[in-house]
Amino acid sequence: MNIPAELKYTKSHEWLKAEADGSYAIGLTDYAQKQLGDIVFINLPAEGDTVTAGEAMADVESVKAVSDVFSPVTGTIAAVNEDLMDEPQQMNQAPYDAWIAKIGDVTATEELLSAKEYETFCSSAKE
Amino acid sequence: MEKITPLYQTHLVEGGKMVPFAGYLLPVQYPTGVIAEHMAVRTACGLFDVSHMGEFVFRGEGALATLNHLLTNDFTNMAAGRVRYTAMCLSDGGTVDDLVIYKFADDCYLAVVNAANRGKDYAHMAANLLADTEIEDISDNVAQLALQGPNAKEILAHLIDPELLPQKYYTAVREVILAGIPCMISRTGYTGEFGYELYTAADDAPRLWKLLRDVGKEHGLIPCGLGARDTLRLEAAMPLYGHEMDEAVTPLEAGLDFAVKLQKPEFIGRDALLAAGAPKRVRVGLKATGRGILREEQDVYCDGVKIGRTTSGTFAPYLKQAIAMALVDAAHTTVGTAVEVDVRGRRVPAEIVPLPFYKRG
Repeated sequence: MNIPAELKYTKSHEWLKAEADGSYAIGLTDYAQKQLGDIVFINLPAEGDTVTAGEAMADVESVKAVSDVFSPVTGTIAAVNEDLMDEPQQMNQAPYDAWIAKIGDVTATEELLSAKEYETFCSSAKE
Repeated sequence: MEKITPLYQTHLVEGGKMVPFAGYLLPVQYPTGVIAEHMAVRTACGLFDVSHMGEFVFRGEGALATLNHLLTNDFTNMAAGRVRYTAMCLSDGGTVDDLVIYKFADDCYLAVVNAANRGKDYAHMAANLLADTEIEDISDNVAQLALQGPNAKEILAHLIDPELLPQKYYTAVREVILAGIPCMISRTGYTGEFGYELYTAADDAPRLWKLLRDVGKEHGLIPCGLGARDTLRLEAAMPLYGHEMDEAVTPLEAGLDFAVKLQKPEFIGRDALLAAGAPKRVRVGLKATGRGILREEQDVYCDGVKIGRTTSGTFAPYLKQAIAMALVDAAHTTVGTAVEVDVRGRRVPAEIVPLPFYKRG
């Protein structure tokens, strides 16, 4: 399983990357995309939407099921990756390049895990 | 505690992701994933374990009369070696199950029923047997593999003279030997694709699976799970019990009139179906025209008024669009009608389209 050391993670399987401009890019982890299977649709938030840490900010659908994407932070949507609307399979193929949204004006953060902690969390979740 | 099929260990070795379904642990997908499995069936070939299906044998001088009493289709002029799809109704016209009947001889038939309904069906059938008929549940001794896709015949040709295979759709050959393994093979399936279903003894199933996998490799054969089975049957607009019909839905509402012979003098449910007249709601196909994936159990609106509910929905991998089947008021079934589907609080535009969504070319 691919868990890049430089990213932060949530227990709901989002990754979080600090951008140079102070915003955070959010995506789904390799573990999450494997669990979901072939992703065929994403419902993105809109730029300017406010999001709350721990609450749904988008949903992704595999052939079989719908899953919420939870925002790891409280803030405002600064950008969304509209390429995913046409090519949602990017989330399967390159989960750490396929950012879903960038969130700015961050005022609060969920409990975040380091790569090491997230790896431990995933292996315990399997059992 | 779920039961397992004779191929449980095989699925683990193949990397199947096992989930509970109809009382069995079955693979929902293999590492290839649902889309690749779906596409393999449409363009090459897929192998499914459908051993969970129930099999009952009907024997005796009264078998034909019993089937004509229990089931909506007419078996009177059926030749041995033929297979026929049918519904089974309650006396109020609600659907107990949908099933297929294989005729072996005038006094011997096989019924293949949905796994989830096996116990209920057996009880209903056993309670309504006519004279000189016996019923036996042989499900636990029978394994069933579905080999589905345009390359299925070439794959079987490695193991048997293709002349010995069933040639016509919905026919079967009862006793053939595939590389030493006794099987029954029928030209049937639940994918809308060319293919076969192979019945064999439970003990022989793992060896048959491996044989097919080995000779199938060069023809693009991959194992396929329940996920692809569902998307394939939905693309082909084949109904699934518990979705398109159940005990509160008649087979006529579900669009199965081709398998309901009201001109037969008698069968359980006939009076109720006749009394009800033309169905007030019918099964239709929907295609999303807006962004979103339609799923089962979502309300369907026309001009802001609720006209029905979806019964199954998915992203169709071959057609690459969101499709659904729905049970809607008979007044709103014209192809091209614009509707909206409530997808978790969001109204997604859709339109009524002809069924099936996919038809083999």
